[in-house]
Amino acid sequence: MVLAASLALGASMLAACGSDSGPPVLTWYINPDNGGQAQLAKKCTDAAGGKYTINTSILPNDATAQREQLVRRLAASDSSITMMSLDPPFIPEFSEAGFLKPPPQQDAAEFTDGVVQSAVKSATWKDQLVAVPFWANTQLLWYRKSVAKKAGLNMDQPVTWDQLIKAAKQTNTTVGVQANRYEGYTVWINALISGAGGKVIDNPEAPADEVKTGLETPAGKETATIIRELADSGVGGPGLSTMDEEGARLQFQSDSGGFMINWPYVWQAAQSEVKGGTLDKSYLTDLGWTEYPRTDQDKPAAPPFGGIELAVGAFTDHASQAFDAVKCITSKQSQTEYMLSSGNPAALKSVYDDPQVKKAFPMAPLIVQSLDKAVPRPQTPYYGEVSGSLQRTFHPASSVSPDRTPVEANDLIVGVLRKEQLL
Amino acid sequence: MTATAPATAPEQPRLDQKAKAAMSDRAKAERKLGWMLAGPAFVVMMAVTAYPILNALYLSLFNYRLTDPAARQFIWFRNYVVILTDAVWWHAVWITVVITVVTVVVELVFGFALAMVMHRALTFMRPVLRTAILVPYAIITVVSAFAWQFAFALDSGFVNTWFSWLPGINQDTAWFSGTWTSLFVICLSEIWKTTPFMSLLLLAGLAQVPEVLQEAAKVDGATWWQRLYKVTIPNMKAAIMVAVLFRTLDAFRIFDNVFIMTNGAQGTETVSFLAYRQTITRTEIGLGSAISVLLFLCVVLISFVFIKGFRTDLSQVRGDK
Repeated sequence: MVLAASLALGASMLAACGSDSGPPVLTWYINPDNGGQAQLAKKCTDAAGGKYTINTSILPNDATAQREQLVRRLAASDSSITMMSLDPPFIPEFSEAGFLKPPPQQDAAEFTDGVVQSAVKSATWKDQLVAVPFWANTQLLWYRKSVAKKAGLNMDQPVTWDQLIKAAKQTNTTVGVQANRYEGYTVWINALISGAGGKVIDNPEAPADEVKTGLETPAGKETATIIRELADSGVGGPGLSTMDEEGARLQFQSDSGGFMINWPYVWQAAQSEVKGGTLDKSYLTDLGWTEYPRTDQDKPAAPPFGGIELAVGAFTDHASQAFDAVKCITSKQSQTEYMLSSGNPAALKSVYDDPQVKKAFPMAPLIVQSLDKAVPRPQTPYYGEVSGSLQRTFHPASSVSPDRTPVEANDLIVGVLRKEQLL
Repeated sequence: MTATAPATAPEQPRLDQKAKAAMSDRAKAERKLGWMLAGPAFVVMMAVTAYPILNALYLSLFNYRLTDPAARQFIWFRNYVVILTDAVWWHAVWITVVITVVTVVVELVFGFALAMVMHRALTFMRPVLRTAILVPYAIITVVSAFAWQFAFALDSGFVNTWFSWLPGINQDTAWFSGTWTSLFVICLSEIWKTTPFMSLLLLAGLAQVPEVLQEAAKVDGATWWQRLYKVTIPNMKAAIMVAVLFRTLDAFRIFDNVFIMTNGAQGTETVSFLAYRQTITRTEIGLGSAISVLLFLCVVLISFVFIKGFRTDLSQVRGDK
């Protein structure tokens, strides 16, 4: 491992020195995963037949820190960023700042044909495709069949948050959510408010001082009510206010586990833990999944949208090779391989028809269905401020007040965007 | 009791005045050599310290977002007005002061005790003891912050299991879910890490207390406590003040522990953290620079109060840090 890392480092340094001779080196800044992207980099380097070499460079763990590093480098016109794995909500900001090189017009169709709609929408800013969908994520409601049965909950029907909280309370189990003060909390808040038919930001494309939020609405109030109820009932578990995806997964896999909203990677993770002997086999047979819970009984659920889009840096000298590489990385075959190795769902719909994928992911049809309904987080160049303000006012969950918190969040977002308040 | 009177620092011969009157060739040569030796360091200091400070001062007068450089606009002191009228700033100042006071006081007491142990330890044990005490200080703050976070976290921590016999602590005690419990862990980590630094500075002070005074006090029949209060501490006042000053300045700039353990959640944001959030996260260079300048002014104020108010003599431990 260390040897490999030092070899990779040595190779990249050598490559940096000799970039004038030999094939150009494309540096791909990736979010940390289980090595799937590095594998794709190697595969596509081989496939290029000497036209270019792709090196990967790993970004920090959480989305906010990834953005910080990329923004800092790109603001200094860093030409070493050839490609980057970008979290969708940051695309408007990057695009508006001129940090992204949009794909050539003639390739746009190839990059978007057969791709889930929410992913294409997230990669588009001001009617132009500025990034390429790579993989598309959404959350499912995971549950223990035994617990749902005990609570008398019919999981074939859409369930609401109220029902979940009641069922967990009744069976003395937990509902795993993401409520630490981080990006994952915004994901949850956005899904709740969208599920109530509302929006965090009404006019996301407006200039900073004209942005209006949709928080001071019945939908905003409903969102705060559910969060507070979940906190007050205690079903979020003792560590609710520091709970992230991994925390929720571990809690769900423990004896107190009942329900959890989480990304599909938990399926892959559980399987490898069963293989490794750290998790009992019976867990897998007891594990159920269904669509994201409804905020409002009469309105369809709005599952969160996540995943990664590939973007090409605006300051790279190798843009045309970069788009060739992006074509290779986002090809159907690559997306299939990536989904199978990392557990992260593909953006191309046809991948889900692959027999291997169907076998490895019994919930594949549900993922596609959820991706079609998924609602992205607000697409605004000021996303960082919006998300940060939501996290500050809604955290901790136990202090959320249905009457006060949405108003405070609105005031903070407006104040911060007008540069009248600190964040 | 003559022995208990604080000994005045030996009067420095007034070299400067004499030199001014008639500077010998030798003194001139020495001064020149001094400048030649210190000059490069002085230039480097100006480049890496003075320039960034002045640049921050300049940038703090702008409305300047890194992702929107075209909209940069000179706005005089509006950033300062925004900051100083915001409750978030004052909360951060309050939290920073709490952390500073708590950690420095506890470190002073522990550091003093450790210094006494090191001072009185048998000669053959001294090197081992000093090394052992210094180990935490040698650890990178981020690493120690992670270690303490893991120890107290719900999923990986052992603290809840070990201390479950204490009232108020059980398996489900979530340390990072409340302001004061989070601050407790943050302070604990800070104290653990920097007490050695404090004790080292105090050890230097302890070594300066003349043994004759101690013996005279003993002969006069002073108890251990009386000797501590009337001989030891007054004689090392300068060292104590310098140690407290250095630690206060350090503690006031606390960032790593908060960043790693709570990331500012639960109202644990400190002034440095606020500067980080505006500058790096929001990329509002103007607003962030203004906070940094205010932080700089706080640090200058603390130094001023210590040096002028408490008459701390920095020359006593010059070169220690």
